Amino acid sequence: MMTNLGTDRVKRGMAEMQKGGVIMDVVNAEQAKIAEEAGAVAVMALERVPADIRAAGGVARMADPTIVEEVMNAVSIPVMAKARIGHIVEARVLEAMGVDYIDESEVLTPADEVYHINKREYTVPFVCGCRDLGEAARRIGEGSSMLRTKGEPGTGNIVEAVRHMREVQSQIRKLIGMSEDEVMTFAKNLGAPYDVLLDIKKNGRLPVVNFAAGGVATPADAALMMQLGADGVFVGSGIFKSDNPEKFAKAVVEATTHYEDYELIGKLSKGLGNAMKGIEISTLAPENRMQERGW
Amino acid sequence: MTKTKIGILGLQGAVREHLQSVIASGAEGVVIKQKEQLDEIDGLILPGGESTTMRRLIDKYDFFDALVAFGKKGKPIFGTCAGLILLAKNIVGSDSAHLQLMDIKVERNAFGRQIASFEADLNVKDVGEGFNAVFIRAPYVVEASDDVDVLATYNGKIVAARQNHYLCSAFHPELTDDHRMASYFVKMVEESKSALATQ
Repeated sequence: MMTNLGTDRVKRGMAEMQKGGVIMDVVNAEQAKIAEEAGAVAVMALERVPADIRAAGGVARMADPTIVEEVMNAVSIPVMAKARIGHIVEARVLEAMGVDYIDESEVLTPADEVYHINKREYTVPFVCGCRDLGEAARRIGEGSSMLRTKGEPGTGNIVEAVRHMREVQSQIRKLIGMSEDEVMTFAKNLGAPYDVLLDIKKNGRLPVVNFAAGGVATPADAALMMQLGADGVFVGSGIFKSDNPEKFAKAVVEATTHYEDYELIGKLSKGLGNAMKGIEISTLAPENRMQERGW
Repeated sequence: MTKTKIGILGLQGAVREHLQSVIASGAEGVVIKQKEQLDEIDGLILPGGESTTMRRLIDKYDFFDALVAFGKKGKPIFGTCAGLILLAKNIVGSDSAHLQLMDIKVERNAFGRQIASFEADLNVKDVGEGFNAVFIRAPYVVEASDDVDVLATYNGKIVAARQNHYLCSAFHPELTDDHRMASYFVKMVEESKSALATQ
């Protein structure tokens, strides 16, 4: 019997199964269990959440494998982990450890300012960030099996994620309405692979799921992103930087499932305590904007 | 007779793909987010996704008893991957199970983590040959009672089965354009609909 590992269908399909769900950043087994118990569809194992990476400064790298292993042993839901942009070896190490998904992430300090990882070469699937359709199509071209908005990680400010989601959706609509004669020029202007755009035009949607990430701080933020067309939500610093992580995590999961049930979201938002404090984007110096990392 | 109506439990997971294959198989499809909607449908699909997440949401929205009652009424249910886990009477390594409607014992993530996920061509009894089966962190059936009809195996492991009006697969038929499995379920639902109508 022919058995094929790591096919596009298997890698993209894994992300399809996460749809409508919330993926939570965790830094240890205890947080991972809280996330699983709250109904997270996956956890992202890392050494520090983005808000703390921002505060600590310096070079942010792949997490200590001990932490990733600890999280993998603690939960039965899928475990993701971050590798630096272009860091082929960090990615291979995570793959060898058996993590279920790798985030080639701008939250970490890039290892390569020119090339992203050639993700087609891997059995493990990758998720990558994007700010517009050009960036989305480039990552798909390199073999990313899942996308997410870049947003502005660790700020608790949803504005950048909204911008990126709206931009991608609007450019997809534009592409669909276009004559095929116009696609090559559109591809040139976006810096996007032509074939990927043609495929998106033909199917009327991206070939992979696109989650929201980078600034989700409340249940209403999660529901907003779903309403703007996100397939699901990543919550980084939002949960474990809030006053009551357990309650908060559950509320975000429910708001993501029932993103059009405003009465419910109102109820969920009551008495959650303080969300993370958050940062106004204009106060961030350009060199501190993580979304500018990668291209 | 009105068009057969099949619901897809829409709490989390690959809902849209099932909806498309149901429609491609000639039935009407509806996404179920509230338990009251179960009264309007003739059959139900429990999609793939994360079984622990779905169970949390089933409990949260008081779906549990309504889903069990739906099955006990004789209405067909098809569970794929996480849906198969929800249907099973027993789960390896766990004291509790979920809906417990099918007499099967299942093992979660039985083929390993994501890097072990695979595609293979299977022969599925009564459904067809050369079926492209997509396994993603898939479970399999470890034990099945005598009246469970095994429809497909992979390396000796049971990966599709039917027991009366319950159908399950460890793989994801909704992820390909081959709608034979969905058509098989639609036929099951049509048969049950006429049988229930004459009662």
